[in-house]
Amino acid sequence: MEYEAVIGLEVHAQLLTESKIFCGCSTKFGAAPNHNTCPVCTGLPGVLPVLNRRVVEFALRAALATHCHIAAASRWARKNYFYPDLPKGYQISMYELPIAQHGYVTLKLNGHSKRVGLTRIHMEEDAGKNIHDAHSDASLVDLNRAGVPLLEIVSEPDMRTPEEAGEYLRSLRAILQYIEVCDGNMEEGSLRCDANVSVRPQGSTALGTKVETKNLNSFRAVEKAIQYEIQRQSETLNAGGRIVQETRLWDADREVTRSMRSKEQAHDYRYFSDPDLLPLTVAQEWIDTVQASLPELPAERRERFMQKYNLPSYDAEVLTTRKDVAEYYEAAVHAYPSDPKILSNWIMDGVLRVIKDEKLDTGLKITKWPCPPEQLGALVRLIDEGKISGKIAKTVFDEMHHSGKAPETIVTEQGLTQVRDEGALAVQIDQVLAANPEKVVEYRAGRDKLLQFFVGQVMKATQGKANPQMLNELLRKKLSTDHQ
Amino acid sequence: MRISREEVQRMALLARLELTATEETELIEHFDKMLSYIEKLNQLDTDGVEPTAHAVAVPSPLREDQVTNQADTEALLQNAPAREADFFKVPKIIE
Repeated sequence: MEYEAVIGLEVHAQLLTESKIFCGCSTKFGAAPNHNTCPVCTGLPGVLPVLNRRVVEFALRAALATHCHIAAASRWARKNYFYPDLPKGYQISMYELPIAQHGYVTLKLNGHSKRVGLTRIHMEEDAGKNIHDAHSDASLVDLNRAGVPLLEIVSEPDMRTPEEAGEYLRSLRAILQYIEVCDGNMEEGSLRCDANVSVRPQGSTALGTKVETKNLNSFRAVEKAIQYEIQRQSETLNAGGRIVQETRLWDADREVTRSMRSKEQAHDYRYFSDPDLLPLTVAQEWIDTVQASLPELPAERRERFMQKYNLPSYDAEVLTTRKDVAEYYEAAVHAYPSDPKILSNWIMDGVLRVIKDEKLDTGLKITKWPCPPEQLGALVRLIDEGKISGKIAKTVFDEMHHSGKAPETIVTEQGLTQVRDEGALAVQIDQVLAANPEKVVEYRAGRDKLLQFFVGQVMKATQGKANPQMLNELLRKKLSTDHQ
Repeated sequence: MRISREEVQRMALLARLELTATEETELIEHFDKMLSYIEKLNQLDTDGVEPTAHAVAVPSPLREDQVTNQADTEALLQNAPAREADFFKVPKIIE
């Protein structure tokens, strides 16, 4: 039987605040173990949590950017469980009354738009970190991360394929990065994703038993794990088996999911209202202020790039996925407005390739651009004005990246200007033709393809500096008229 | 009885409490009294009354996003049953 997958994602986004959600401890990553701690976030008796205003503001930004309905009043709840990285024995989260519900994210996949619903967004505190591999008989606990603010973003089970799930996650990450609430780094765990997957016979509308998969710390892992689960569940059902509701772990090395051996019975978190925290009320004026402060979002910017710069959908998508790339592109276009499409090509094939190859980006920011956007504009201008060829431009671009010099300077210093002097070019052509008399005869006898051979030889002699158009014309002329 | 021994044992497990049989019997009686009190409350007609999460109707206070704490790892780890360097040391959690 053929099965259809039903997929929902649960995303945890670490918020880019200075201090923790309920206390004045730093959230800075990389501090010495247990350095960023205090009686509140380590759960000592007699302390009171006080909510960080910016956490609420970030939640509002995310909620508004994803078209959610914001609750006038939301409530904090205690989620009770025991684990060494959770010093209080409960996590402060939201349960019955989250801050935002009923939103959506629009994704583009293979030219089609799809809307994925958001069930809810709520705020909560992160747990600490356990280190298991230091000893065979002990685990070590670092509570620096305990109390770092998170947004939990739960989607509706609206996705049907691993590709859709991957695209949803990419779109959501782009939004969170644009509104600057999360750096979106999956490898470092500032963006985490769990996938709920079930399958049902094609055409059926009932839902199958869902399986939760954790430990998905890359986009590739998300798509691969979902693919694996769909296959595993379909095969189980086809073999007459039954799907068990459970939590599985993705093993990225072996590319399989494995059942978490759970010795305990099903979780019972016994949520109840946190008596230490008052219900959160958000005034309409606050919502309005946050709404007014939202930047242009990725989907809007993509549309604008297509309209304003006449870019293909693919280019617009690549350029707008990251805010800093989009800004770089616009700065380059501003410096040289005549050719937005060529600039797009140079960013995709040049700038982004170098950044990827040399790993020049971390989280929210590209840390080192190969060249400033104005210089990229200047480089394309040199090509368009016929001063250098596209081929030479690649050399100049690499040199700009390595030396930091302006393109004009490099071209002058290294004498890379195109040979556009007909006389000079004619001398080179004559030399090449004189050195290959048999080929000249063959060409004249009808082997047109040899033209490329001559072009190549002259280019070689001029170190790539011959203006290609002029070279072609001159060669043709010489080969057809110069009968000796 | 409004609660079974199994239910009390399950709650003890969730709370990580080790109870003797005598303590379990005592707790069954305590729970029974509490549940009958709740049953009494349940008789009250609360239709149209918003569930109360807090007895005081004041808005949640908010603090500015500023780092105000001075680190004191030594003071924190003073209470640790076991430590290693600046980490808490606990029995192995996963194998």
